[in-house]
Parts: sequence; structure tokens; C-alpha cells
Amino acid sequence: MSETEIHDWIRKQVADNDVLLFMKGTRQFPQCGFSSQVIQILDYLGVKYHDVNVLDDVSLRDGVKSFTNWPTIPQLYIKGEFVGGCDIIREMFQANELQTMLTERGVAHDQQTQMA
Amino acid sequence: MSIEQAITEKLTRALTPALLEVNNESHRHQGHAGSPGTGESHFHIKIVSNGFSGKARLERHRQVNVILQDELSGPVHALSISALTPEEHANQSS
Repeated sequence: MSETEIHDWIRKQVADNDVLLFMKGTRQFPQCGFSSQVIQILDYLGVKYHDVNVLDDVSLRDGVKSFTNWPTIPQLYIKGEFVGGCDIIREMFQANELQTMLTERGVAHDQQTQMA
Repeated sequence: MSIEQAITEKLTRALTPALLEVNNESHRHQGHAGSPGTGESHFHIKIVSNGFSGKARLERHRQVNVILQDELSGPVHALSISALTPEEHANQSS
């Protein structure tokens, strides 16, 4: 697939999934500590999300980076908007901002704040 | 020059940080999927700068990513960033 075709595919995934995580590995078997942290936060909040394993295809991994203009994986999209990578998601979660954002965007989740 | 030195130099030049810590955490990722085993692939940086004032997290990270784009498109596989203004840093440590 060309980069344009990959970007079209990514754009469709972003549009079709309220919460979308590009990650290394799968939610059952994350292949990277940073991806794993984001999974833990999303699972803890009881958010329904779709995960895409960028390790499946090197052109997908490069395509995600150029599509978002962001050099690292994981990448979280909520309602079509790029929210951030692991550091940003963790900081937002700790500040309760992620929960607020999910509520404001109408994404169902549990009302937990901090992990124990 | 080591990658660590290059990161330190570029961030210092671009953001004149009040505080900059560059920690090489590559040893914690030896043997992981995607770890190149170079010993200079995974870094954590903590940077405090006035340059982040009035900017959201995403914007701050993008600033750092642009400054370090050569490293990120090459030898550096993972970069964890904590980007604070001097005020935020003072509040955090108090």
C-alpha cells in the first residue's frame, strides 16, 4: 500500500472508532511498556476502545507516525482527535483531565479517578 | 558525541531550560521487541522552561519532538517527556 492508501485507511479507523489506540502489540499482549500503560488506564476507566497493532506492518507503523505527525507509539485518538502518547495520557489521567474529556465527548466510562 | 549529549545540547540551545535531566533508560529495555541494543535508544527527559508557558501538553511535546527530530527518526526509539513551566515545577515539588 502507498502512504496515501495507508493514510486513508487510518483516517477511516479514526472516524469509525470513538476511542482508538495505535499500539505495539495487542491489548492482551502489549509488546511495549508505554502501550501497556495506556491499556491499563483505558481498562481501569472501563472505556470501550479499538486497538490497532502497528507491529503488524512496518508501513502502517510509519504511516501512523506521519499521519499524526508524532514520532512515537502509542497514540490515542478520542472522537477523531489525537490526544497524545503515553506521557500525556498518564498525566491527563492523574489530573482527572482524561475522565473529564471522555465525559465531555460523550464517551462512556467508569468514574474512577486515581489508580491505587 | 553521545546521543545523550546531543539531546542535552539541542534542548539547552532551543529552550534555555531552568532544569534539564536527560536519563538514559536503555538498559531497562535490553532485549525488548524493537530494542536495538545500542544502549542509547530509550530516554526520559524532564525539562523545565518558560518556553512552555501558555502551551498545552500536546504542544509542549510537539516542540520537543521537533527539536529532537533527528534523534527520534534514527537512534532513539522511545522518549518519555515531562515538560513543565517553572511555576508548575515549583508547585509540584512543594
